[in-house]
Amino acid sequence: MTDKNSNQNGDKNADDSPGIPAPEGAANLIDTDYVIGQDNVAAAPLGVDIDLHGKVFTFSALVILLFVIVTLALQNEVAPLFQGLRDWLTGNMSWFFIGGANVFVLLTLGLIFTPLGKVRLGGQEATPDFSYAGWFAMLFAAGMGIGLMYFGVSEPLSHYGTAMGGTAVEDGVRTDWAPLGAAAGDQSAAISLGMASTIFHWGIHPWAIYAVVALALALFSFNKGLPLTMRSVFYPILGERVWGWPGHVIDVLAVFATLFGLATSLGLGAQQATAGLSYLFGVEPTDTNMVLLIIAITIVALGSVALGVDKGVQRLSQINMVLAGLLLLFVIIVGPTLFILTGFFEYLVSYFTHLPALSNPFGREDANFSQGWTAFYWAWWISWSPFVGMFIARVSRGRTVREFLIAVLIIPTLISVLWMTALGGTAINQVVNLGLDGVAAAGGDLQLFEMLANLPLSLITSVIAIFLVIVFFVTSSDSGSLVIDAITAGGKVDAPKPQRMFWAIIEGAIAIALLLGGGLVALQAMAVSAGLPFTLVLLVACYAIVKGLLDEPRSA
Amino acid sequence: MFKKILVPVDLSHLDALQPGLTAAADLARHYGAEVCYFGVTATTPGTLARTPQEYHGLLEAFANEQAQVHGQTTSAHSTASPDPVADVDDAIVDAIAAVNADLVVMATHLPKHLDAVVPSHGTKVASSTDVSVFLVRQ
Repeated sequence: MTDKNSNQNGDKNADDSPGIPAPEGAANLIDTDYVIGQDNVAAAPLGVDIDLHGKVFTFSALVILLFVIVTLALQNEVAPLFQGLRDWLTGNMSWFFIGGANVFVLLTLGLIFTPLGKVRLGGQEATPDFSYAGWFAMLFAAGMGIGLMYFGVSEPLSHYGTAMGGTAVEDGVRTDWAPLGAAAGDQSAAISLGMASTIFHWGIHPWAIYAVVALALALFSFNKGLPLTMRSVFYPILGERVWGWPGHVIDVLAVFATLFGLATSLGLGAQQATAGLSYLFGVEPTDTNMVLLIIAITIVALGSVALGVDKGVQRLSQINMVLAGLLLLFVIIVGPTLFILTGFFEYLVSYFTHLPALSNPFGREDANFSQGWTAFYWAWWISWSPFVGMFIARVSRGRTVREFLIAVLIIPTLISVLWMTALGGTAINQVVNLGLDGVAAAGGDLQLFEMLANLPLSLITSVIAIFLVIVFFVTSSDSGSLVIDAITAGGKVDAPKPQRMFWAIIEGAIAIALLLGGGLVALQAMAVSAGLPFTLVLLVACYAIVKGLLDEPRSA
Repeated sequence: MFKKILVPVDLSHLDALQPGLTAAADLARHYGAEVCYFGVTATTPGTLARTPQEYHGLLEAFANEQAQVHGQTTSAHSTASPDPVADVDDAIVDAIAAVNADLVVMATHLPKHLDAVVPSHGTKVASSTDVSVFLVRQ
């Protein structure tokens, strides 16, 4: 929080650049007649205060209700449809996803080195709302915490395995899943390629996707004075029309992608956590147990949402970072330390070496890998970007663009590399050097626990791992509820509290409904499909960022 | 008895605040106390103001207006928060210390069942400060 005393503030000329109506110090507000919340409906049904954007809330709620009913009622008809849509998208549009992601990386990296990096979010005199540690913990926990738990062991193993297997061609088409040209039979090359491919999917590209959305939203909200919703990014193109239907559609899409992305992940995460509990303690992974787990996660998320960003989300995220850091340190120290430490630099080099080929959008021979893995991941990150981006934006006021980009791009990438090297490297080392096949043979949701089982103190570390999976879900769920609430309240972040709690409950309810009725995977496919329109949104955001930054004053 | 009265206000619900404002004004006259109007705003653009500074300007204008009403010295104090709804109680408690107030006068709604889940601000502030708190029911 930033405190302002009347005495200090009485003298307004002290920190103003001449002639600019300043947020806090110089910045360039957009002149619009739109008043935030002007389309909102405020009422108090049953004694519960609400303050909502009438159209965005109603349409989001209806679309969501319709989708849940249709997927549950017509599961057999709908599942292949979604699956087909997803396959078509990643198959035929992979060049668009991969090419788009490259644009985002080039833009965000480039901005670090331009004078535009000196622009401060919130105006030149704005001060950060959170400490570095709290800020960074929230960025990371919202962005990819849960995926690192799931894929940290399984993805390096998978790419290593397919790379070792070499290429297979049938009717002139590659049928193997190996990245690039594989590394048939060459163990160290296969490890190197497998790690490079994993790092590629968890490195700078996903963070560039988030950074574009977050930077665009932060800029147009804190510096330009527009509401904190997706539609604001379109202001440079649509002008005042963003307050009408085109804007409503963009916001409803953002709510949709966020809610279903979260609900499906919540469902799948409950499956992973119950699988872990069953592996460790023999708790049956029944539907009842999974439902109980989702209810428990939702209750904790409710508490966190009620406590707000500062006392709820930030604290949980910090707990998460500390625990994840301890787990990482433990694996590095107890696992093959030298293998991991030399691997860190080796795989980083390997990542850079393979980066041009891995990120090439056209004429790829490794169709299964580039479409089934890369394009799928990109679509998934992009469909999550409104949620993660908006949350990152909300907590990033007071940072300069350069500071922001380094914290959102470079540091998370390095942490991902270390994480993947430690967890994946330990697992690969177990398979390759120690001859322990258990990790490779286990299912995806158990590979992490199998890997830990081969290290000392596995009971403790596995319990921490399950705890981490669960708390990472809570931090995704609570920050997601805050984002959906802000969008459906027309960009107001001070709407009554019961609203945000409503969304947290809805997330849990949808996850339970889809878990019991089936259709989680179908909806994941649907959420991924939202990646296509959002790639366009992000490309627009790139334009908006450059245009918006160019007329901002820069700090010295 | 009281030298400085802190009056937390929500500028977007002024009509609901009226009984509290009147009570604060009467007390201020009686004790010859200064009244400090306090508001929490979002760091993101909102309905009233697009920036924390704009909001502070509004609050100062409001404080000056109130000075005309009750003739006592007034001041304005504001805090910006990324999540004002969740942080408002703590912000009020912090403000009490920041402006050195010895009485808080704030409007509050009637007790209702939902209070078990979302307690009223008045209740929370009263239980976490050692200065006197006067809750004015609407």
